[in-house]
Amino acid sequence: MADLAERAVTVDGATVPVRPGQTVAGVLLGLGRSSWRNTAAGRPRGLFCGIGVCFDCVLTVNGVREVRACLRLAEPGDVIETDEPR
Amino acid sequence: MTVVVVGAGPAGLHAALAAANAGADVVVVDGATEVGGQFHRRPAGEAGPPVARRVLDHPRITVLGDTSVWSVQPGRRLHLVSGPADSPGAKMSTVDASALVLATGAHDRVLPFPGWELPGVLTAGAAQTLAKTQRLAPGRRVLVAGTGPFLLPVAAALLDVGADVPAVLDATGPIAVARGWVTHPATLLRGANLVGQLAGHATILARHRVRYRPRTAVVAAHGDSRLTAVTTARLDADWRELPGTRREIAVDALAVGVGFTPRTELAVAAGCRLDGEFVVVTAAQVTSVPGVFAAGEITGIAGARTAAAEGTLAGLAAAAWVGRPISRRRRAAALRRVRHARGHAAALAAAWPVRPGWHGWVTPETVLCRCEEVDHAALAAAVRDRDVTGVRSLKLSCRIGLGRCQGRLCGTNAIELADALRAELGQPPLTDRAALAGRPIATPVRLGDLAALHQPPERSSP
Repeated sequence: MADLAERAVTVDGATVPVRPGQTVAGVLLGLGRSSWRNTAAGRPRGLFCGIGVCFDCVLTVNGVREVRACLRLAEPGDVIETDEPR
Repeated sequence: MTVVVVGAGPAGLHAALAAANAGADVVVVDGATEVGGQFHRRPAGEAGPPVARRVLDHPRITVLGDTSVWSVQPGRRLHLVSGPADSPGAKMSTVDASALVLATGAHDRVLPFPGWELPGVLTAGAAQTLAKTQRLAPGRRVLVAGTGPFLLPVAAALLDVGADVPAVLDATGPIAVARGWVTHPATLLRGANLVGQLAGHATILARHRVRYRPRTAVVAAHGDSRLTAVTTARLDADWRELPGTRREIAVDALAVGVGFTPRTELAVAAGCRLDGEFVVVTAAQVTSVPGVFAAGEITGIAGARTAAAEGTLAGLAAAAWVGRPISRRRRAAALRRVRHARGHAAALAAAWPVRPGWHGWVTPETVLCRCEEVDHAALAAAVRDRDVTGVRSLKLSCRIGLGRCQGRLCGTNAIELADALRAELGQPPLTDRAALAGRPIATPVRLGDLAALHQPPERSSP
């Protein structure tokens, strides 16, 4: 069990195991989340371009906002926070 | 005397190798952790292509991964930012390139339609990357649509990770593809190669009973907080919707792409001349700026093989620029390979062009600029009522292109739609079209990291 916790992140407080090479977007999509951000008009967004040019997929990692989930590798201990679904 | 290569995809890797083998010192810069670019995206731990190994092992090549160029200044001075994506405390550095090879590649082009901003709709490239590197499908039932030879390998990658792919829709019909292709007979051999690849993918699709529907497109996507269904329609040769052909399909993901948009912002910053979307280069991959060379998708969308051949030529030219002797035989061989390859871009564009009938899929409420959520009604109001004559005034009037992506996704589409509206009004096309191509800060940089550039390094206490 200690092994799993060592290779895990939290997503909105819930502990989720991660594998090497997994992006934050990969973690979220693997959980079945298709959106994790609300636009200014309150519309949901998730992954779109997958290579870091559209900025739809940004969320907060370790307290830092505006991190592109499609580019950022998920490291053990990362604290990932998304917008509340509206 | 350092040759700097920006981009470690097929073009950049071959440029680095050619320059280094000619005796130049080379630095390769790429934003990803692993080299290979978009083309060679692969799961963690899997070996890359042989050229990647040769670059990584080469004594005269230094690879700077997780590193992006955020600014190009006169004199080929490059400002770099290094670190995990969007992480604070990035390492800032500057390098003066004796010769600069730009091989920055391309990203998917997507056309807007009602509902395209719903979660579950993603680019064809995103779907393929998700499948290849994360071993995930974006949904259980994924439709693939758009145009171009890229759709088939995307569908194959999705099937490989267990997705149900009911159909692949291509807006272009096979006769139009063939007609476009044979206008460039010099590339028929290369075309035969492509046909072979596509036939391989087609076999996989047939085995999984994936329907291939030409002259068909997704004209609307439906759902509340995520995609649940799409409306498809048959098209005429100009991509106008044929009445009475709409059908609804229940899907929870849609992978779309109509080709690729070159990433030319660094070339623009360096002062390179563009022709339309692409960087102008000589037969030897030399741009309009002395000491700056370009290769791969930014000179024309032609795929990985052409990019590799162009990269080799650009690397040789860069090595020559810094004074390394170049074997005439090697250069001639590289030129021959590129000559065969160069017609490929024109043939691809002729076989799978984007036709203007897509304008008819757009309603006033269709979002055109995803970042700023600007719809077609706002663009139309700006063009009709606010005396917008150029791209810059269009941006300032309705906010299209002012968001985070800086017009990368919406720019080409917005300009096309605005030009069409102006034509209806008897007005000429928008001027100042390069206003969306220039991005002085090419990649986001945190203010704290910029401020740290001018601070002395911290001293340790005695």
